[in-house]
Amino acid sequence: MATATDTFQGGGPLAPMLRRRHLRDRGMTLLLTALMIAIGALLVWILAYVALKGINALNWGFLTDTPPGNPSDAGGGFYNGIIGSLEIVGMAALIAVPLGIGCAIYLNQYAKGRIAAVLRLVTDVMLGIPTIVTGAFVYAIWVVEFGFSGFAGAISLALVMVPLIVRATEEMLRLVPRDIREASLALGVTQSRTIVSVLLPTARAGIITGVMLAIARAMGETAPLLLTALGNDLFVETNPGERMSTLSMQIFTGATGGFVNAQDRAWAGALTLIAIVLLLTITARLIARTSAVRR
Amino acid sequence: VSAASERAGVRKAQALHQQRLRLADTSFRVLVAGSAAVILLAFVATAFFLVEKAWPALSHYGLFSFLSSTRWAPSEAATATGDTNPYGVLQFVYGTVLTSFIAMLLAVPVAVGLALYITDVAPVRLRKPLAYVVDLFAAVPSVVYGFWGIFALMPVLHPIADHLTKWLGGIPLIGPVFAGPFFGPSYFAAGIVLSIMVLPIITAICREVFAVAPVAEKEAALALGATRWEMLRMSVLKRSTAGIFGASLLGLGRAFGETIAVTMLIGNSVLAIATSIFGQGATMPSIIVNEFTEATEPFHLSSLFVVGALLLIITLIINVLGKLVVSRISETIA
Repeated sequence: MATATDTFQGGGPLAPMLRRRHLRDRGMTLLLTALMIAIGALLVWILAYVALKGINALNWGFLTDTPPGNPSDAGGGFYNGIIGSLEIVGMAALIAVPLGIGCAIYLNQYAKGRIAAVLRLVTDVMLGIPTIVTGAFVYAIWVVEFGFSGFAGAISLALVMVPLIVRATEEMLRLVPRDIREASLALGVTQSRTIVSVLLPTARAGIITGVMLAIARAMGETAPLLLTALGNDLFVETNPGERMSTLSMQIFTGATGGFVNAQDRAWAGALTLIAIVLLLTITARLIARTSAVRR
Repeated sequence: VSAASERAGVRKAQALHQQRLRLADTSFRVLVAGSAAVILLAFVATAFFLVEKAWPALSHYGLFSFLSSTRWAPSEAATATGDTNPYGVLQFVYGTVLTSFIAMLLAVPVAVGLALYITDVAPVRLRKPLAYVVDLFAAVPSVVYGFWGIFALMPVLHPIADHLTKWLGGIPLIGPVFAGPFFGPSYFAAGIVLSIMVLPIITAICREVFAVAPVAEKEAALALGATRWEMLRMSVLKRSTAGIFGASLLGLGRAFGETIAVTMLIGNSVLAIATSIFGQGATMPSIIVNEFTEATEPFHLSSLFVVGALLLIITLIINVLGKLVVSRISETIA
């Protein structure tokens, strides 16, 4: 769209008014551009600050040791938290991915009328449930019976991930052209076979993107884990039936504890976490580009 | 004889095959319907178990006593006599509303500006990358925002807060809102970081709202001699008021539920309501995360579930409203 953004320079009786209107237009363009630049700078500030603080504190021991018994001591690392994050998020994904994709298939292919409307509303609304509430819920149904554990943390993260996966998958399934699906059905292929062999492969890239973004989100979650997995910095725990630390919980404890050495470890942790999350996010975007169907 | 029996055999095999296909089809259907049912159940169970765990405190003290008191003093629960409820939750509602209000005050205008810039002003080639840049704010974990807020943002906020106190603190009526001193952890600091955290969602929805403004109307405005800003104001912004409102509601829902960053920045004071935005307090999520695993007083944990149930109800209402408003503009948004 071509627009006149330069200051009006003509003459005539209306010239002063036109000049004012064009000045105003130019001013607003400048203002919006400045706003965008400022917000870009803010993002750079956040990322660069974490990166610099983190690089200074990052060393080999950070990746291979557990935190020292006395948090004010130097050295040690978040090895147990990294293991915990991977294990808990891994279990959460094992629960959430089949559930989420299954629900999206049901929503897109089978559900009709009121059931579809209710289910869609519920998955949308679940996106808005505060994760701390999800943590309290898992405490009520699981921790009260079986105690704090990595598995309880995984359930809470799975509940955070599920609505994200449902929405991403359903959006992708909706984009698969009707023709492809009907061609398959017309060949006498059953509905379930059509879904598994035609629909899902066509929407694959978009679904993988959605799953990766959900995993990135779960990696950064802290609040629900504090009520479910609780944390354990004494040793490396790999049994999901026991209390476990995650990277995010260790950053929280280190950042708020008031010991400089603990804060240093937390900065290294923050850098590690942000690197993992950004890597997942950016890879997800790149995969989305390869998708056969797009918005 | 053999030909006939062969045909019968083939028919039998075909029937068996059909039967198997139907069985596979039905089991697949049951499987996906089952996963949908599990999700539905999880949602209902969330609401049910929160209320169930909150029930002992609710029935002991009465719902109204929670909502009418600002005093939160778990240590008095064991000795409290009669009907006095030591678990008043109003100050957490206040903290949540105040921090979210500060966040929206800053985030909504910025998000609208960014969305306008990205959809209509920026060079076409830059529009997608710029949208990604704003989306990246959503990728930064909450705990990192809190950490950055404590060490990078608070020192910057200090002089700003001091100046606000100096300039506005003396004015009657609104003066107390800006009363100092500013120590760092405060509603103000939490609100500012919250505004950054809700920025990507509000911007993303506003972008989609602006994108559905009819091109014909925009071109008509330009053809009539409107400048670009006039076109944006008349053909885009004016018809998007409802959409911006809906986007703000969905952002507000996030702000209400945000836990870790706010907990790290608000100071976690439960003593009394501070009228100054530079004072310290607590929010509904922050009190839950702070006291949940150390709740040993009578009805303490149950009262935290009351806070959780209240938070769930409030965020559900805000989110459903926001969703309704936004979906009236376009089915596919949000």
